[in-house]
Amino acid sequence: MKILERLLEGMFKMSSAITSIVILLIIIFLFKEGFGLFRSPVVEKGYGLYINSKNPVTDLNPTQIKQIFDGEIENWNEIGGKDESIYLLRFDEIFSIYSDEELGENYQFLPQKLNNIISENSNIIAFFPKKFMPEISSPTKEIANKNIGIPDFIYGKEWLPTTTPSPLFGIIPLVLGTLLVSFLAILIALPFGLGVAIYLSEIANNKVRGMIRPAIELLAGIPSVVYGFFGLVIIVPIVQKMGNISAGETAFTGSLILAIMALPTIISISEDALRNTPLALRESSYALGATQWQTIYKVVIPFASSGISAAIILGIGRAIGETMAVLMVTGNGAVIPHSIFESVRTIPATIAAELGEAPMGGTHYQALFLLGCVLFLFTLVLSIISEIISNKQTSKSA
Amino acid sequence: MFSKNIQQKIAFHIFRLLSFSILGVLVWILGFIIYNGIQVINWEFITAFPKEGMTEGGIFPAIIGTIYLVIGSMMFAVPLGIMSAIYISEYASNQKWVKFIRIMTNNLASIPSIVFGLFGMALFVHTFGFGDSILAGSLTLGILIIPLVIRTTEEALKAVPESYRLGSIALGATKFQTIKNVVFPIAFPNIMTGIILSVGRVSGETAPILFTVAAYFLPKLPQSIFDQAMALPYHLYVIATSGTDIEASKPIAYGTAFVLISIVLIINLLAGWIRRYFEKQNPK
Repeated sequence: MKILERLLEGMFKMSSAITSIVILLIIIFLFKEGFGLFRSPVVEKGYGLYINSKNPVTDLNPTQIKQIFDGEIENWNEIGGKDESIYLLRFDEIFSIYSDEELGENYQFLPQKLNNIISENSNIIAFFPKKFMPEISSPTKEIANKNIGIPDFIYGKEWLPTTTPSPLFGIIPLVLGTLLVSFLAILIALPFGLGVAIYLSEIANNKVRGMIRPAIELLAGIPSVVYGFFGLVIIVPIVQKMGNISAGETAFTGSLILAIMALPTIISISEDALRNTPLALRESSYALGATQWQTIYKVVIPFASSGISAAIILGIGRAIGETMAVLMVTGNGAVIPHSIFESVRTIPATIAAELGEAPMGGTHYQALFLLGCVLFLFTLVLSIISEIISNKQTSKSA
Repeated sequence: MFSKNIQQKIAFHIFRLLSFSILGVLVWILGFIIYNGIQVINWEFITAFPKEGMTEGGIFPAIIGTIYLVIGSMMFAVPLGIMSAIYISEYASNQKWVKFIRIMTNNLASIPSIVFGLFGMALFVHTFGFGDSILAGSLTLGILIIPLVIRTTEEALKAVPESYRLGSIALGATKFQTIKNVVFPIAFPNIMTGIILSVGRVSGETAPILFTVAAYFLPKLPQSIFDQAMALPYHLYVIATSGTDIEASKPIAYGTAFVLISIVLIINLLAGWIRRYFEKQNPK
C-alpha cells in the first residue's frame, strides 16, 4: 500500500514537470533548426557565381547579388569594380549561345565553353551549378560564397525567401508589420476594454453583469479562423470603401480584428485589478466628499494601474502571436509599411503562409524556424514582464 | 466646467455605451455567421463529402477529423494535466518548485499557437517520423492545451475546503485515499468544466495543425492514427482564402463557420450549466 502511494506520488511529480520539459524541447528544436540558417551559404547549395579573374570584385553581399540579378545594379563600378556594364549569364542561357552538339554528350564541353565565355567577357557574372565548374583557375574566379550572417537577418530590409541566386531573409519588414498591427490593435482595444472593465467592476448591477460577462467569454471562445473569415467578408470591404483604396486587406483591418480578439483578455484582467482595490481606500475617498466617478479615476484606477498594465502587455503578446485572423485580412505584402492603409505581413502569418512551400532543411525552412524563435522570445519576454507587474499588484492588494 | 455630478453621469453613460457595444459586436459576428450559415445547413451538408472542388457537397470528413483530433489531444493532455495539477496543489511541499512550475505553465500558455505548429512539425512529424498524421496533430494540440487543463484543475482542487482533507486524514485515510475519495469527487464538476473549455479551444485551433495533420482534401476518411485528416478550422481557412472558386464555395464556408460557432456556443452553454449545477449542489 505504502509503495503504491509512493509510486503514485512519483508519477504525479513527474507529470508536473511536463510543461517545463515541453518548453525546453521547444527551445531545443526551434533554435536547432533556426540557427542552421547561419551555417548555410548565401548562394544556393551546389551553385556558384563566377566572374572574370581580372575583375577586382571578390565578394558580394546577398542584397547586391539580388540587385545585380534584378537589373538594379548595372555597372561594376557601383559595387567597387571597374566602369563596365554588367553582363549577366544564367545557366539556361548557355543553351541559346551553343547548340547541343557543341556542348557535347552529357554537356562534357560545357565547362570549357563557359571558361571561354568568361575569358572573353571581363564584365561577366555567371550563375552556374558547381559541377560544371570543375577547375577554378584563370581566367575564371568564383565569388566567395560566405554563410548567411546574423546582420543579414536582423538588419535586412527585404524578405524575399525564394529569389535566386541568393534569397533575402531580412526580418525588418516583418517585425515592423507585426508591431504596427499589434500596437494599433491595443490602441483601439484599450479605451474600449478599460471602459467595459470599469463598468463591470464599479457600476453595473448583477443583472447587467450576468449579461455582459458571458458575452465576453463567448468572444474569447470564437476560433481565430472564424474572426478571420468575418474580417475577410465584412470588415475588408468596409475598410476598402471607407479608405477609398484598391484593396481592403490592410494593417488597419488586421488591427480592428485583433482589437476585438484582444478585448476579452484586457477586460478580464483589468476588471480583476480594479475589483481588488480595498474598500477602505474607496470609503476614505467618499468620506472626503468625492463622487463615485472621482473615486474611480483618482483612487481606483491609480491603485489598479499595474494590473491594467499587465493586461495591456498580455494583450500585446496575444496580438503579436495571433496567426490565422491576421493572415486572412492583412494582405500579406512583405514590405516595410508606410501607412496603416497598406498591406503588411506579420511574423506568424509569414510562417503559416510559407512553411508549406519551403523544402525541409533548406534555407527558407530554417529562416521560418528562426522567425519562430524570434516570436517565441518576443512573447516570452512580454509574458515575464506582465507576470512581474501583476505580482507587484497582488502584493499591493494583500 | 461641469459639476462633478454631471461629469459622473457623462462618464458612466460612456462606459455603459461601450459595454453594450461589446454585446453589439458579438451579436454582429454571431448573427452574420448564423444567418448565412443556417441557409446552408442540412443533413447532406453534415454527412456528405465535398464535391466539385469544394463548391458543393458537405463537410463530413472535416467534422470527423476534428472529432478525432479532439479525442486524441484530450487522451494526451487530460491525464497529464490533471496529474500535474494534483501534484502542485496536493503534494508539493517545496514552494520554489511549485512557483517554477507555475511560471513555466504560464509561459507555455503564452506561446503563440503557430510556434506549437513549428515545434510539432520538427518533433513529431520529422524527428519521431510520424509524418503528417492524426497522431502528430493530436500531440501538438495536446501540448497546446495542457496549461489550460492544469490551471482549471488546480483552481478546482483549491476550491475544496481544507477541512474536508483534514477530516479524511483524521479518519485514518492516506493522502491518496483522501484525494481519490474526497477531494477529486468534489472538484470533479469544475475539472469537467475546464476539460469542456479545452475541447472548445482544440476544435477551433488552426495554426498548430497546418503542418502536422491537416489535409486540403481527402477522398476517404482516415483509417489509422498515422493518416492525415481534414479538420473544420483548416477547411474554413482553405475555402475562404484559396479554394478553386472562392465565390462558389462561399456557402460552404458559411456552413463550416456555422458548425464551428455552434461547437463554441454549445460548449460555453454546457460549461455554464455544469458550473451552475455545481453551485446549486454545494451552496457556500
